[in-house]
Amino acid sequence: MTQVPGDAQAAAPRRGLARWIQPVGAVVRGVQLGARTMEVDIRLTGMILALIAIWVGFGFASDGLFLTPRNLYDVSVQSVPVAIMATGMVLVIVSRNIDLSVGSIMGFTAYMMAMTQAQWIPQTLGLGYNGAYIWIVALIVGILLGALIGAIQGGLIAYLEIPSFVVTLGGLLIWRGLIFKVQQGQTIAPMDNTFAILGGNLPQGSIGGLLTWVVGIIICVGIIYALIASRRKRREYGFPVRPQWALVVLMAGGCATVLGAMWAYNSYPLPPLLATKYAVAHAITEPPGGLIIPVGLAAPVLLLGAVTLGMMFLATRRPFGRYVFSIGGNPEAAILAGINTRRTILGTYVLLGILCAIAGAVQAARLDAGVTSTGTGYELLVIAAAVIGGTSFAGGIGTIPGAVLGAVVMQSLKSGMVTIGVDSPMQDVAVGTVLILAVALDAVIQRRAK
Amino acid sequence: MDMATTTQAATAATVVTGAAPLVEMRDIFVAFGGVHAVQDVCVDLRAGEVVGLVGGNGAGKTTLMRALSGAHPADSGEILIDGHPVVIPNPRAAKALGVETIYQTLALAENVDAAANLFLGRELKTRIGSLDDTAMESATRKVIGRLNPNFKNFKTPVVSLSGGQRQAIAISRAIHFNARVLIMDEPTAALGPAETEQVRNVIKQLKSEGIGIFLISHDIHDVFDLADRISVMLHGKLVGTVNKADVTTDEVLGMIIMGKLPNEVTQKELAQLHG
Repeated sequence: MTQVPGDAQAAAPRRGLARWIQPVGAVVRGVQLGARTMEVDIRLTGMILALIAIWVGFGFASDGLFLTPRNLYDVSVQSVPVAIMATGMVLVIVSRNIDLSVGSIMGFTAYMMAMTQAQWIPQTLGLGYNGAYIWIVALIVGILLGALIGAIQGGLIAYLEIPSFVVTLGGLLIWRGLIFKVQQGQTIAPMDNTFAILGGNLPQGSIGGLLTWVVGIIICVGIIYALIASRRKRREYGFPVRPQWALVVLMAGGCATVLGAMWAYNSYPLPPLLATKYAVAHAITEPPGGLIIPVGLAAPVLLLGAVTLGMMFLATRRPFGRYVFSIGGNPEAAILAGINTRRTILGTYVLLGILCAIAGAVQAARLDAGVTSTGTGYELLVIAAAVIGGTSFAGGIGTIPGAVLGAVVMQSLKSGMVTIGVDSPMQDVAVGTVLILAVALDAVIQRRAK
Repeated sequence: MDMATTTQAATAATVVTGAAPLVEMRDIFVAFGGVHAVQDVCVDLRAGEVVGLVGGNGAGKTTLMRALSGAHPADSGEILIDGHPVVIPNPRAAKALGVETIYQTLALAENVDAAANLFLGRELKTRIGSLDDTAMESATRKVIGRLNPNFKNFKTPVVSLSGGQRQAIAISRAIHFNARVLIMDEPTAALGPAETEQVRNVIKQLKSEGIGIFLISHDIHDVFDLADRISVMLHGKLVGTVNKADVTTDEVLGMIIMGKLPNEVTQKELAQLHG
């Protein structure tokens, strides 16, 4: 990027938009340079910075209300269903397809999982409500169903070459409609006690203080090991590696972020009423001022972390992921390279179906019920999360962590606006604006890079 | 020069190698809807030989080769490799038989880097089954480095590379997996003079290593420089195959434009070619 146009512009009187574009441009250039030296994803870095800005901004605007551990706990839990599905939506969009049925699949599988644990096993089969196996059977039913639905839709798209928009638009109507044909669409409750852990509701939905630190330390060790191992391997082959200071900054930054998040989770004490219940249940005498029990990491967030890691592995470390991206980059080239593109496309839909079921499980557990409206309208949130996260509709471009961050950004905006008293319609206006802005900013940066 | 000599020369060559041709395509027929793109074409290729495939636009050269590369299987006809009949229903099958192709469009995935393209569909994996990107990058650096020592951008998506660099990736991909048969569709059409020279050297080197090459080209001088034999196509049919040593460029031009073998062309017609 040359300095000349910038200087010329600086001399001219700045009006309107131009006044804003320059400082933004300078920040973008700074981030670009930093990210390039550190060899980290520029777009991801930008999103993390944007997320921090949103949090700090709402923190100030809400007099600290937004940045309380309790609110951050809720934001993180509420982001989970959309984020889980967005990780799969990335692969579908990257390979130049779309899935409009995710909300309906999520709703349908959630309802069927609720039926399994609240009706079929205990009543139809007469096995009662307390089986230790109930949660896993319900989950497996949901996941198999999600995979089957994904396989049907993906098969039609990949092998019969029916446009994905059409197939999944049909799916959106079909799976939602079918919910009402099971048990007349009644609300199915309550969920199995173990299954309910997935929902992240207190007190059972988090892993507690000690385990939270253990998880945090394991992740930090993982980060350090991964960075060192890849560096050692590149050294062995005599490839250039990032400078030592960048390595240290990356390790320190990664670990500080992880441990900071764990610290935030552990700074959220169990609400007094629940703490008293806990004390009674465990025969502990409550000290004056109440028992302080750290809530710790939410179970669904831990699940999201595992899903994200798994999907990142599939997308970037397995041939499957490489095929998905190459199909998105040039479908003809993928076929000529001998890739079974149909099976690959089918795979993306099966995966997304499974992820919808997992998201459905989290949502049913959180609501403690199977209801007909579960996941309604989520298809648009999921697509928006993927797109805010840098997934391109032109195909071939997108990242899993970007989509997860996209979901967290959207949930943070919504939750933040609630804390400062913005009404629901205006929340949608804001999220929609951010969606367009994110893509517009991307387009501008891409054009400048060329 | 007449047909008898041509046939004799071909027979002699077969006797010298003492085996069936590396590739034989017999009576190949390909139609698109009602259009007969390739009709009853027979061509063959021996190890260490370059066969130039020439003809005007729409002559069927690329379609014929797409039948061999598995990109678009023939409707009828027979393909023999080492004298054994083979079926090539898709590109994977062709690669398994040692037939590699450099397409005119290069067929690169624009959004991924050189190594990902070079190993596309044949990725190297670690013991736990994950992609071994470091090993792939290392191999890519070696094979591309031989073709183009100035190639440095191993981590950037192919879309931001120059035409010559992209060509280097496509060629590397074709030769890295021990190809026995190489199909090159207009390999120099989009290149500058220096890069064209590099490609010519590559072809000569591969030929000396015993690889058989089908070279599709518009550039008759390219073909005369590199090919041992020249097969000419017109309107989906084979006009004929000639030994390069036995013909002049004008005679081949006559085959391309008029569809007539050298011995069928009159001096007057030949003169008309030059306007």
